[in-house]
Amino acid sequence: MAYEISTQVNEIIQYVVVRIGEEQYGIDIKYIDNIVRMQNITRVPKVPAHLKGVINLRGEVIPVMSLRIKMGMDEDEITKDTRIIILKINHDGIGLMVDSVKEVVSLNVAEIEKVSFENREERNAFVQGIGKQGDSLISLLDINAVLQE
Amino acid sequence: MDVSQYLDIFLDETKEHLQNLNTQILALEQDSENMDTINEIFRAAHSLKGMAGTMGYKRMQTLTHDMENVFSEVRTGNIKVNAQMIDTLFQCLDALEEYLSIIQESADEGDNDNEPLIKELNRILNDKGGEEKKADPQTEEAPAKEAPTLNTHWMNVECKPEDRLQIKEAKEKGKNIYGITVIVQEACLLKAARAFLVFKAIEEIGEVISTQPSSQDIEDEKFELDFSLIVASERQLDEVLDSVKKVSEIADAMGDIYVLEEEPKAEEPETTVPAVAQTTQPEVLNKSETPKAVEKPAVKQPEKKAAAKQQMNRTVRVDIEKLDVLMNLVSELIIAKNSLVSSATGTDQNAGFNEQIEYLESVTTNLHESVMKVRMVPIESVLNKFPRMIRDLSKKLNKQMELYMTGEETELDRTVVDEIGDPLMHLLRNSADHGLESTETRIARGKSPVGSIFLDAYQDGNNVVIEVRDDGNGIDADAVRMKAIERDFMTEEQAMAASDEDIIACLFEPGFSTAKQVSDVSGRGVGLDVVKSKIEALSGEVEVKTRLGEGSTFIIRLPLTLAIIQALMVVVGGEKYAISLGGIQTIEDVDPKEVKTVQSKEVIHLRGSVIPLIRLEEVLDIESKRDPDENMVVVIVKKGDKLAGLVIDELIGQQEIVIKSMGKYINKCKFISGATILGDGEIALILDANALI
Repeated sequence: MAYEISTQVNEIIQYVVVRIGEEQYGIDIKYIDNIVRMQNITRVPKVPAHLKGVINLRGEVIPVMSLRIKMGMDEDEITKDTRIIILKINHDGIGLMVDSVKEVVSLNVAEIEKVSFENREERNAFVQGIGKQGDSLISLLDINAVLQE
Repeated sequence: MDVSQYLDIFLDETKEHLQNLNTQILALEQDSENMDTINEIFRAAHSLKGMAGTMGYKRMQTLTHDMENVFSEVRTGNIKVNAQMIDTLFQCLDALEEYLSIIQESADEGDNDNEPLIKELNRILNDKGGEEKKADPQTEEAPAKEAPTLNTHWMNVECKPEDRLQIKEAKEKGKNIYGITVIVQEACLLKAARAFLVFKAIEEIGEVISTQPSSQDIEDEKFELDFSLIVASERQLDEVLDSVKKVSEIADAMGDIYVLEEEPKAEEPETTVPAVAQTTQPEVLNKSETPKAVEKPAVKQPEKKAAAKQQMNRTVRVDIEKLDVLMNLVSELIIAKNSLVSSATGTDQNAGFNEQIEYLESVTTNLHESVMKVRMVPIESVLNKFPRMIRDLSKKLNKQMELYMTGEETELDRTVVDEIGDPLMHLLRNSADHGLESTETRIARGKSPVGSIFLDAYQDGNNVVIEVRDDGNGIDADAVRMKAIERDFMTEEQAMAASDEDIIACLFEPGFSTAKQVSDVSGRGVGLDVVKSKIEALSGEVEVKTRLGEGSTFIIRLPLTLAIIQALMVVVGGEKYAISLGGIQTIEDVDPKEVKTVQSKEVIHLRGSVIPLIRLEEVLDIESKRDPDENMVVVIVKKGDKLAGLVIDELIGQQEIVIKSMGKYINKCKFISGATILGDGEIALILDANALI
């Protein structure tokens, strides 16, 4: 028992589960600063298509990226469930557009199946592991890969 | 002791002291007899040594200690200042700067002992002849020399009537009364704190009755290296002295039985053994009759209160981060104001509401100005290292030259001042190396053998202008033209057709250098292009004017501030954009029929000049919503001598905008210089007209 407790302390990671299309993706909660509703995005000319523009987040200008376009899926369809996940990495903010936000799950590292690099295909290039939550599978996003050009 | 938290302060202050030393030694070179300069140098060296010691940088301490020794001898007149010594001292300063930069990077001073410099310093010390003192850096000369007089200082301790009473009482209780003189180490930084510890140590085993100087003065550090006390204690003198000596940074403590003049001899204590062979009977009391300004009875424990220092610093160091926070607050205030403005337009405006807005506007403007002023620092902090540099260059290049600077008090945004040093240094080196002719040539040309370099800074509207001017040879456009062809910057025809101005502009291109020899001063092909890019990064511009044979002038124009600007708000294809007012010349109403095509480019004729048109909707990848037959609104912008007309859909008006960074995750294109938040919370991008032309 003591053994289990120690693994719990050290190796539980919390993920925010979001829906993009039919799939569930997990984003490590440590990167997340905020989750906001969809708002008016100001277009920025001459940037890659996945960068939708910038938003005003309480006086800060934050760029917003479409995860769908970044992962080679269809253009976002804005609904009342659409959310922007604001990530803060070294004080730099960026927003990720997702179709909806489901829940927060705690995953034990033991439950996470690593995705080896060879298996990474187009869409999976941004997935660093697969988490199992009951019957459903959650693709855990590799945030650094997502944010890389 | 963990000193890492003081590292920043240490670095800052050490830089300041080094700069001061540089300036003062330069002054000393000019006037080697000036006592003020020598004293100032001594003080700066002394502070440096103390600080390095406190931070545990032994090598730095040793070097400064030896420098201080030299200065100390200069101060007493035992050594005369000579050119060689000045050179050595400058080398020492360079070595110290090296330590400092290593410390800045690694928090460690590195392992360069600078042996040769220390030897050289000691040689200077030893060479002075006459009454020789040991050059050993570790010798504490001052206390050794002054000891015989110092250790009797306690006899001068003032004894007021109430102190006498206390002494009597203490004696009746069987305590011994001692006079003690404590000498703190020369390198001691916080003398008052050390004194406090001494007091505390004594309080544990006895009682302080009176002090010299007064306890208030000791608290305020108004004493040199020693202070004296009258102490009542049951313990032996040795014990008391030992407990004092245990306090760190205390060089020595000595004392004896303290005797009140009219004390009956019978009460002579039996137990004490004087620590120092010393039997002089003190004549303290005749002094006590004269009332002095300080009349407080002996304070048992110096309180840690903020006593007014004699000198107040004129400047206050402010953490730039705190300023940024303040700045952001102001930004938000301005945004709030803008939202008020936008809600006021459209609704029926009642006068009170407008008054409110006007009030808010004046508040925000004032706040903006005052915060800006806090951010502004005089450019002096950058300029004052240049005289030294020119002196060194003069020796190295074997050319006589003199630097004249004006406008050191001109203020610029802190961020700009921090960045402007390198470009300026480069321009000065450029002038010294390429600009000024050799002394012989100058004489042959009938010029003064001493070349002059001028650095003038002044404010011009919303800009600060810095000019670097020399009376040297100027730039030979034809030489540059040949070079441009040689380096494949342009074809021969192009080069011949190009105007001298265009040719000289090549100097700012990457990889272009005309110096015939590569020197370590300048001329590695990196240079003017770096200067240009650095200044452009600061939203400034640089141009050069030159007359062959008479000299050249580099003119740098910098914006006063980078954070809040006046901008023209425009609409293109339904999107709002801001264009900095700085570059805008005029706004014109142009009939589409007036647009001509020259070399497949659209141009308009305006008051005699041909101005190329830039259709913003094309640049911004958006559909214009303007009726093509209607008159166009064209914003004429200027960059240097070049004009261009930006075609927009609609004008909104002039507005004060706060420039916001867009973060590093969006690679904005060159002509978008940032974003701003409008009154309604929408974001407008800021167009950099300079990048469009």
